[in-house]
Amino acid sequence: MRADRALALHLAVIALLFGLQYVLSPYHQGNLARIMVLATYATGYNILFGYTGLLSLGHALFFAAGMYGAGMSMRYLDFPALAAFPAGIIAATLLAAMIGALALRTTGVAFMIVTLMFAQAGYLTLLYFNEYTRGDEGFVIPQADRAIGLIDLSADDTRFIAAWAIFSVGLLIALAIVRSKAGRVLVAIRENEERTRMLGFNPFPYKLGAVTASGAFAGTAGAAYALLFGSVGASFAAIQYSIEPLLFVLLGGAGVVLGPLVGSVLMFYLIDYAREVTTAYLIVVGIALVLLILFARKGILGSLRRRSDGWLP
Amino acid sequence: MTNQTKPDSTAGSADETRRTFLKGAAAVGAVAAGTQMLPGMVPYIQAQSSAPVKIGFQVHKTGIGAAYGRWYDRTTKAAAQLINDEGGINGREVEIVAEDDGTDPKRGAEVVEKFAKQHQTDVAFGTLFSHVVIGSSPRAGELKMPYFVVSEGHHVASGGLNRYTLQPGITDVKSQVQSMAPWVADNLGKKVTMIFPDFAFGHDHRDFFSEAIEKQGGKVIEKIAIPPTEKSFTKYFPRIPRDTDVLYHVMVGPAVLTFVKELGEFFGGRGPQVFGFLDSLEAVDINSPGLEFLDGSYFWEGNPRYRSDISSDHDAFYRKAVGVDDNGASITDSKDIATYSHMFGCWETLHIIKAGMEASDYAGPKDRANLIEAVENIGVMPHSRAHPQGDKLFNGRTHQAFGHQFISKVGDGKLTPVHKTSIFDGYYPDETDYTTQKL
Repeated sequence: MRADRALALHLAVIALLFGLQYVLSPYHQGNLARIMVLATYATGYNILFGYTGLLSLGHALFFAAGMYGAGMSMRYLDFPALAAFPAGIIAATLLAAMIGALALRTTGVAFMIVTLMFAQAGYLTLLYFNEYTRGDEGFVIPQADRAIGLIDLSADDTRFIAAWAIFSVGLLIALAIVRSKAGRVLVAIRENEERTRMLGFNPFPYKLGAVTASGAFAGTAGAAYALLFGSVGASFAAIQYSIEPLLFVLLGGAGVVLGPLVGSVLMFYLIDYAREVTTAYLIVVGIALVLLILFARKGILGSLRRRSDGWLP
Repeated sequence: MTNQTKPDSTAGSADETRRTFLKGAAAVGAVAAGTQMLPGMVPYIQAQSSAPVKIGFQVHKTGIGAAYGRWYDRTTKAAAQLINDEGGINGREVEIVAEDDGTDPKRGAEVVEKFAKQHQTDVAFGTLFSHVVIGSSPRAGELKMPYFVVSEGHHVASGGLNRYTLQPGITDVKSQVQSMAPWVADNLGKKVTMIFPDFAFGHDHRDFFSEAIEKQGGKVIEKIAIPPTEKSFTKYFPRIPRDTDVLYHVMVGPAVLTFVKELGEFFGGRGPQVFGFLDSLEAVDINSPGLEFLDGSYFWEGNPRYRSDISSDHDAFYRKAVGVDDNGASITDSKDIATYSHMFGCWETLHIIKAGMEASDYAGPKDRANLIEAVENIGVMPHSRAHPQGDKLFNGRTHQAFGHQFISKVGDGKLTPVHKTSIFDGYYPDETDYTTQKL
C-alpha cells in the first residue's frame, strides 16, 4: 500500500511537470526544461550520496563525458543525434565504472579527494587536447544537427518534452533502484558498512554499482544538455559542476528520490533572483545553506519525511 | 542599403580578398553616403513608439571576467547616455538591461533566454569571454535574437556560430596576431619563442602567429605551453633557445605578475627582445612592483591606454565620457586601471546597433531580421565619436570587423605607441558566409 502510494506520488509529479508547460510563461517553461536536465544529474548523484553515503566531488567529469561523448561523436564521426545521445551515456557510464573501481579503494574524505582529483585530471585533459575538444572555449553543435527525424530538439516545445521524458525515466529508474533489494543494501552500507558486511553482503559491487549508475545519470544529463542547448565545453567539467548536484541534493533532501528535483528548482530560482539583486549572490546561497543546516538538516523533503510517517522513499 | 558583395570563391590570398572586399565596401559606402546611412549621419525619424529600445547587456559582473566586466559596464552606460542625449535610436530612449552571466557559458545561455522571454529586449550585447559567447550563441540563434558580442575571439569569423551572432565593434584574435607579425619580424627579429597558456586562448595565438611569422620569413623556434594551473614558471625558461630573437608571451590571469618577475630574474639584464599582448595586463598598473623587467619591451594594444601624440580628439571625447584619465586609469581612482584595449568595443558596438536600427527603421522584434541585414551591410565605419578607436571595415559575410592595431613600448612608466597597423595587415580570406543562412 505504501509502495503504491509512493509510486502514485511520483507519477503525479511527472504528470504535474508535463502539465506545467501549458501554464508557465515561455521564460519559466525554458527554465523548467533546464532544471529537469539538471535534476536528472542530481537524481543520479542522490543514489550515490543520499542512499549510499558516498560523497563525490568529481561528478562533473561524468557530466562532461556525456556531453563530449555526444558532442564529439556528432562533430567528428557524423553521428546523428539519436546515436550521439546513447554514445554520451555509454562514455560516461564506462568512465564512471573505471574511476569507481579505483576510487572505491578509498573511503570517506579520501574518496572525496580522489574523485576530485580524477575530475581535475579530466578537466585538464580536455584543455590539453584543445585541438579536438576546443578546450575551455568549447564548440557549438549546429542547430540543424540537433534533431531526431523530424523532431527539432532546439525548438522550445520539443526541448521541454525531451527534458521531461529524460527526467521522468530517470526518476522512475531511481525509484525502482531505491525500492529494490539492492537499494536497501545501499542504505545499509550508508548506515553501517561493517554491519552490512557481517550480514553477508560484499559492499564493493554495490558501491561500484552506485558510482556507475550515478555516472550514467550524469552522462545522460550531459548528453541531453549538449543536444538540447547546443554547446559543449570544458567548463562543464570544472569543480563548480561537481558542487551543484551536491547542493541540489542537500537542499531538496538527501536520500529522498524527489529531493533533487525540489533542490534544483529552488536553487535555480534562488540564484536567478539573487543575481538580480546583488553580485554577491553566493552569499545568499550560503545563507540559505546555513539556514538549512540550522532548521532542516535533512533538506526540505527529508525534514518533511521525518515529520510524517516516513513513507516517502 | 546595397546588396552584400558575394564571396570570391577563388580567393586564395588576403590581397585578393581585400580587393573583393574593397569593391563591396566602396559600393556600400557610396550608397550609404547617398542615403545618409553611415553611422553618425542618420537623421532621426519620427518615433513610431515611445517605448524604449531595450538592449540586453550580458555582463561579466562576477567570475573570472569581472575586471573586464566592470569597465564594459561603465563604457556601455556612458555610450547609452550619449546616445540618449543625442535623441536615442529612432527617437526612442535606449534602456540597458544588464544581467550578470558569472562569466559562465551555462548561465550565459540562460541570460540570453531571459533577455528574450522575460525582459523582452530588442537585442543582446556585450559578451567578452569566448566560452560564454559559444555557450550563449546557439540560444540566441534559436530565439532569433541579434547577439552582438565584444569578444575578440575568432569563433564568429570561423563560421562556428550563426547568422544572429555578430562582432562588429572589435577585431578578432586572428586579425590582431596576424597584423603584429610584419612589425615583429622587421624590428625585433625572426626567431621567435612563444610562451602561452595551454588552453584555447593560448593555442589561438600559437597557431595564428606561427603561420603569420612564417609568411614574413621568420619562424617560431620553440613553443612553450604553460598549464593553466601553474603558479611558478622558472622551470620552463631553460627551454627558451639561446638564439631566440623575440620572446612572445600571452600569459593571462593572476599569475602574470609572478611570470614577469621570474622571467626578469631568469634573464637578469640580458635576454631577447620581449613582445606581449596587453591582455596579460589589462586592468593592471604597468608600474606594479615586479613588472620592472617589462621596461623596454613591446606590447600589442587594441587602443592605446596612455594618451600620446597620435591620440585623436575622438579618443579624448570618448576617454572623458567613460571616465578614464590620460594614464588609462579611472578619473576618480588612479589605481583603478581601465581595460582600455578592449572596452571601446562596447562603445562602438552600441553605436553600430544604433546605426543598424536606424538604417532598417527598426520598430520592434519583428524587425530583427532587417536589423541583421542592415548591420551586415554597414561596411565602412569612419573614425568618429562613434568609433573613437579608429576606422573599421565590417565584413558582412563573416560578421567580423577589422580595424587598426597598435604596438607600444614600455618606458618611463607608461606605454608609448610606436606603430599603428593598417586595417589590411590583419585582413584574411573569408572562412564562412553567414548570409547564406536563413534569417
